[in-house]
Amino acid sequence: MKHAKTATQNACKLCNPLGACLAFRGIENCVPFLHGSQGCATYIRRYLISHYKEPIDIASSNFHEETAVFGGSHNLQVGLKNVTQQYKPEVIGIATTCLSETIGDDVEGILREYRKQPKNGTPMPILIHASTPSYQGSHIDGFHAAVRSSVKALAEKGATENLVNIFPNMVSPADLRYLKEILGDFRLPYMMLPDYSQTMDGGPWGEYHRIPPGGTPARAIASAGRATGSIEFSSTLESSKSAAAWLEESFGVKRYQLPLPIGIKASDNFFALLERLTERATPEKYEDERRRLVDAYADGHKYVFEKKVIIYGEEDLVIAMTAFLSEIGMTPVLCASGGKSGTLRKRLEEKVPDLDEKGIKVREGVDFVDIEDEAQLLKPDFLIGNSKGFTLSRKNSIPLLRIGFPIHDRFGGQRVHHLGYRGTQELFDRIVNTVIEQRQNASSIGYTYM
Amino acid sequence: MEQIGILEGRQRQVFEKKKGTTQADIACDTSSLSGSVSQRACVFCGSRVVLYPVADALHLVHGPIGCAAYTWDIRGAVSSGPELHRLSFSTDLQEIDVIYGGEKKLYASLIELIDKYKPKAAFIYSTCIVGLIGDDIEAVSRKVAKETGIPVLPVHSEGFKGTKKDGYKAACHALMKLIGTGSTEGISKQSINILGEFNLAGEAWMIKDYYKKMGVEVVATLTGDGRIDAVRRAHGASLNVVQCSGSMTSLAKEMQEKYGIPFIRVSYFGIEDMSKSLYDVATFFSLRPEIMEAAKAIVREEVTTLYPQLQKFKKALTGKKAAIYVGGAFKTFSLIKALRSIGMSVVLAGSQTGNQDDYARLKEMCDEGTIIVDDSNPVELSKFILEKEADLLIGGVKERPIAFKLGVGFCDHNHERKIPLAGFEGMYNFALEVYQSVMSPVWQFAPRKGGLK
Repeated sequence: MKHAKTATQNACKLCNPLGACLAFRGIENCVPFLHGSQGCATYIRRYLISHYKEPIDIASSNFHEETAVFGGSHNLQVGLKNVTQQYKPEVIGIATTCLSETIGDDVEGILREYRKQPKNGTPMPILIHASTPSYQGSHIDGFHAAVRSSVKALAEKGATENLVNIFPNMVSPADLRYLKEILGDFRLPYMMLPDYSQTMDGGPWGEYHRIPPGGTPARAIASAGRATGSIEFSSTLESSKSAAAWLEESFGVKRYQLPLPIGIKASDNFFALLERLTERATPEKYEDERRRLVDAYADGHKYVFEKKVIIYGEEDLVIAMTAFLSEIGMTPVLCASGGKSGTLRKRLEEKVPDLDEKGIKVREGVDFVDIEDEAQLLKPDFLIGNSKGFTLSRKNSIPLLRIGFPIHDRFGGQRVHHLGYRGTQELFDRIVNTVIEQRQNASSIGYTYM
Repeated sequence: MEQIGILEGRQRQVFEKKKGTTQADIACDTSSLSGSVSQRACVFCGSRVVLYPVADALHLVHGPIGCAAYTWDIRGAVSSGPELHRLSFSTDLQEIDVIYGGEKKLYASLIELIDKYKPKAAFIYSTCIVGLIGDDIEAVSRKVAKETGIPVLPVHSEGFKGTKKDGYKAACHALMKLIGTGSTEGISKQSINILGEFNLAGEAWMIKDYYKKMGVEVVATLTGDGRIDAVRRAHGASLNVVQCSGSMTSLAKEMQEKYGIPFIRVSYFGIEDMSKSLYDVATFFSLRPEIMEAAKAIVREEVTTLYPQLQKFKKALTGKKAAIYVGGAFKTFSLIKALRSIGMSVVLAGSQTGNQDDYARLKEMCDEGTIIVDDSNPVELSKFILEKEADLLIGGVKERPIAFKLGVGFCDHNHERKIPLAGFEGMYNFALEVYQSVMSPVWQFAPRKGGLK
């Protein structure tokens, strides 16, 4: 825009290891472990806690000056030993940070050595390593890296089973629970990774749990290589970063890549795939949900038609939301992401071929100052995205509808629904209410019917 | 319940006060054990929290995006004017910068940000990676300072080069470069700086108001509602009053050495310590007895209002048990006294960064059976909370979910809080918050209380 821009101001992304920690939380009996400075683990814990309101223990190898000079091997091994002793995990998910990556620690090699050591009675946990240097990509890359590494470490070959893998992407615990419900209703055995529906949104504890209950068991991940197919919700994930792609290449497990199922069309595609895979009709319950959603679209269409919104967040979320907003007649004047896959525009064009005619602007690799500059020109009716847009929302008096991650300034972020007919219904209700609330507040009459 | 052990390397950092035993000193001031899930942060965190409230400075984090993203608008430190501190700036280093160095990007970032936001000074925080790729931050700072005419201060806060305390020192070092560069003209003889008060939820304003009423001028608050110009003339004050002892004692010592300004340690939490912090300042200016008179009048007035208000809480809370785990040990002392004044006892007291003296004093203060911990972790904290049947945990955001999961009340006493807990008014808020959490009927559904099933 007007000024040259080198620095990132109010970032619209987080760092790579955060995503990995979240994904590792979706494995049963797993402790996420950051190989780097203590601060990374602490900051990421704090950031996740503010959204999920759950204890989240992330171990750290706690680099010191000598560690940086002589390498992190000793610290990593001591750390793994201590975590094993204190948490008795089945799995330790190790993610690197910029520090250990830059000094060039051979983590795989260190782990090979470590596995050879005497066990002293405590069983050796499964050690999974994801390379997540924070100077590459963003949190979403770390998320996918952890999922792919877990599958690579655990998946086994064997006779095909009646089973599908589902890689749901970085969605809410509520979304994960809904997906499990759907698959259960289709009577389709599944392996979902990650599954933090319980670990990041669970019940109270009568006693302390070193590791909260829930998550996908390692033995279930092992079965991923024997599945009939993998459903992967993503529009931008390249083969080289995808767990589903790895399973296809290594074990011939067919990869079905779908966008996040948000909106009727995208959800229809998902349910159509489930019908194909199970040779069953969609259960009536979901046909009902769909009918109610179509009915709601009719009831609410006038409120939303040609309303201008700015949508920001992870690229896959932005793409799915743009498709949904387009199908209800809204105009996403700016689709923005802090991520930078290089494919955002192309993928969006596939959903909305007449992007330019519709006045839809696409920008990747942006921060919130870029988005604010755009907002001042584009004058949207509201913003849709995570909490971090609040600064600009307040300053420019543009309402913000909070979705995705993080939601730090509202309650219940972990229970926000996005996916399927049910999630779309909730999003649609909230969008319509945002418009109504604006209108009601702006009116001098004070209508009690809107 | 399954027995939870203390990690081998940590046994000397945990202590239970028992009668008739001579016990070794608690081990502290050490770096965290690898793999122990410390509640501490890093060097960068220490520097960032101390300097964060300086509202008219540019705070540029030199490194990959995480460190800046996680500290964006993170503290409840409010400003009466500019709010530049609430924005997040990063050089957002990429792989190519790691290979070829980040100096050019740092330079360009500084020039464009200074041009856009017109700050009074710029702090550049080095993160882990900068310590490895060897960027010459000092040289870039000098160059930019010369070109823009504002002080550009490198903060050597590489995450792995020590503990959070070293981060405090690095921040104090940067402040020290500013102090002494402004004019001290017109500063009263009866003047102080307040060190280690960060104006969370406007606390510094309340405290300054008390001193003002006593006739004492506050030259600079470091760093709450901070301004570069005020920092520059801080050397004109007659006394340094150090509130968060962990973060700012080193600065007070340096100022004593260089400018001959004596310092006292105070705490603004709880009636007892708050009153003492006014009396101690008045005692220092004993040549002007009217200052002590004014201090006494303030305490009298405030306590007369506050005391009856606290009785409702005390009645409800008497006999309840609290666990304290906060950043600095000095705050723990005040909290123990404050809790006692509302009828509560303390069964666990600990801090991330206390030193030998702090823990010795803590041992003296605590009741028998109290657990004292240094640099604890979630497993230990939970173990002791359950064993000691605490009704309340006082800590920060990271400790909050532990309390709630276990069905225990919680009071946020960390830098993210939005409610003032300092001063007399703060004591009321503190008691109210403790009361609201401990006495909530929701705990009846907690498994610990039978869960009503």
